[in-house]
Amino acid sequence: MKQGIFTLERTRQLTGDVWELRLSGDTSAVTAPGQFVNIELPGKFLRRPISVCDWDQEGLTLLVKEAGEGTKELVRLPAGTELNVLSGLGNGFDIAAAPEGAVLVGGGIGAAPLCGLARRMLAAGRRPALILGFRSREDAFYLEEFAALGVDVLTATEDGTLGARGFVTDVLKTLPGCTCVLACGPTPMLRAVHALPQLTGGQFSFEARMACGFGACVGCTIETRAGLRRVCKDGPVFRKEDILW
Amino acid sequence: MVDLSVHLAGVTLKNPIIPASGTFGYGREFADTYDLDILGAFSWKGTTRDPRPGNPQPRIAETASGMLNAVGLQNPGMEAVLREEVPWIAEHFHGPVIANVCGFSLEEYAENCRALEDAEQVKILEVNISCPNVHAGGKNFGSDPKSAAAVTRAVRAATKKPVFLKLSPNVTDIAEIARACADEGADGLCLINTLLGMRIDLNTKRPLLANRTGGLSGPAVFPVAVRMVWDVYEAVPKLPIIGCGGVDSAGAAAEMLLAGASAVEVGAANLRDPWACKTIIEDLPGVCQRLGVDKISDLTGGAHHGE
Ligand SMILES: Cc1cc2nc3c(=O)[nH]c(=O)nc-3n(C[C@H](O)[C@H](O)[C@H](O)COP(=O)(O)OP(=O)(O)OC[C@H]3O[C@@H](n4cnc5c(N)ncnc54)[C@H](O)[C@@H]3O)c2cc1C
Ligand SMILES: Cc1cc2nc3c(=O)[nH]c(=O)nc-3n(C[C@H](O)[C@H](O)[C@H](O)COP(=O)(O)O)c2cc1C
Ligand code: FES
Repeated sequence: MKQGIFTLERTRQLTGDVWELRLSGDTSAVTAPGQFVNIELPGKFLRRPISVCDWDQEGLTLLVKEAGEGTKELVRLPAGTELNVLSGLGNGFDIAAAPEGAVLVGGGIGAAPLCGLARRMLAAGRRPALILGFRSREDAFYLEEFAALGVDVLTATEDGTLGARGFVTDVLKTLPGCTCVLACGPTPMLRAVHALPQLTGGQFSFEARMACGFGACVGCTIETRAGLRRVCKDGPVFRKEDILW
Repeated sequence: MVDLSVHLAGVTLKNPIIPASGTFGYGREFADTYDLDILGAFSWKGTTRDPRPGNPQPRIAETASGMLNAVGLQNPGMEAVLREEVPWIAEHFHGPVIANVCGFSLEEYAENCRALEDAEQVKILEVNISCPNVHAGGKNFGSDPKSAAAVTRAVRAATKKPVFLKLSPNVTDIAEIARACADEGADGLCLINTLLGMRIDLNTKRPLLANRTGGLSGPAVFPVAVRMVWDVYEAVPKLPIIGCGGVDSAGAAAEMLLAGASAVEVGAANLRDPWACKTIIEDLPGVCQRLGVDKISDLTGGAHHGE
């Protein structure tokens, strides 16, 4: 974990409520895709946890969905704003533990960490497929970015306006050869994916209300088959076999 | 050179800054951020006899200038703490450890204090009386003078170590509780614990926390804590007080001392800024110079004099 000042370089609106933020700063504490940062916002007591979408030596890319007051303010900050950021939080996805043929699955803003994950899997000589689920065509984002990386993107929308009609699970069912997923998204999606009989393994990224984000307060504890675990420190990524709902 | 050292019931701290229970675990998460030996002491997570999983999610809610927590005393239990945490602490921190102990009955409080008798590094027992009494319909021990006195008596008889009762602010007259603890031989007092609060989720129209209520802490409670430290200092001037609640700067720590505290605990500030205690300690000499003291302990109770 490192605390550092990051400078907001630019923001770009991707959909009605999802924005891409580029921050420059010291990213040396970021070691794995699926880790998150915790951002201090003026006037807010608690920091806001946001997944690292992608990173390089110069900075971070974040995808932020306007959820409440804090994220609404965050995406509207002017370029040049300095933000106090705790970086290198959480365990992240374990690429080495994912078998050949593992599929990346994202729901809504849960697509964010899959970008850095896909890039690093490709760099490791893997060619993962990616399934993204959105409510509707107008909610979809980052499809070109993922395609440009060189991953095959399949989409599902609830209203059928883009890709398959339905949920990511409906797409997964058409891929019976897929027995392992690396997934991030809303809890109902994770739960439905986790319940698919075709899966023998997988890694699932969780969310929880956090106070510290670095393991000190046990505010984010969930029960797993391996015992009580902190989403912020022992997670946010948990292995399929350890997850209890 | 400003002398930052303070004394708590015969225990010397190199400075008055102590991370508060529940915001510092058993120290592990902070060992990578700074050298723990810079701290005056630290108060570990409230520990019960049996392991406790705590409350269901969500357990955290944000408030204006603070937060609510409903962690529900999640801890690994006394045996695991003695086996796994105490030896780890001995390797990474060499100052006095304050053991925060909880119990759901008088017997459990006494048993938990006895269990720590041989833990040499534990110099002070901080007895959290904001715990529900299972024998009295779940009423908190800290909520009336009689039960607070009963806990003090039970722990006083169980240990030779100094006992500091950690008082709940959710009472009408905290000075009355303080006197009851003093009369039963408490060596000191720590105050305040969190203030009971609630948030409602506008999306679900239900309480945001699964436990419904949670404890408020952070800068929002600071003036309440200062006032209570003031009242308790007036009521029991002989007992050392650890002031706690909303401290997030060296200036706020100095206010606590002036109100009557001998040392200061820093809680929620650690969660927002893991380096909070380090920064406060580094800023203390400057604040002392500004206040014109070369011994920080001279600040204790200063606001009560010279009227
Ligand atoms: C590990 C992790 C990674 C995340 N990654 C992303 C991401 O990449 N992009 C993104 O847009 N969002 C992400 N989130 C969700 C994001 O943290 C919340 O949407 C955000 O905190 C909401 O803040 P707010 O002030 O807008 O909302 P408010 O509802 O006003 O927030 C009030 C409080 O509740 C907390 N809170 C509210 N919703 C959530 C939530 N879903 N999860 C955790 N805390 C919440 C806030 O942090 C704050 O403390 C992530 C959450 C976690 C735990
Ligand atoms: C997440 C969290 C957990 C806490 N757990 C305990 C505990 O186990 N025992 C205890 O006596 N106090 C506990 N407290 C209370 C703090 O030690 C402190 O008394 C209170 O938060 C007020 O100080 P602050 O405003 O500086 O946080 C906890 C506080 C927080 C925020
Ligand atoms: S948020 Fe504090 S331990 Fe996870």
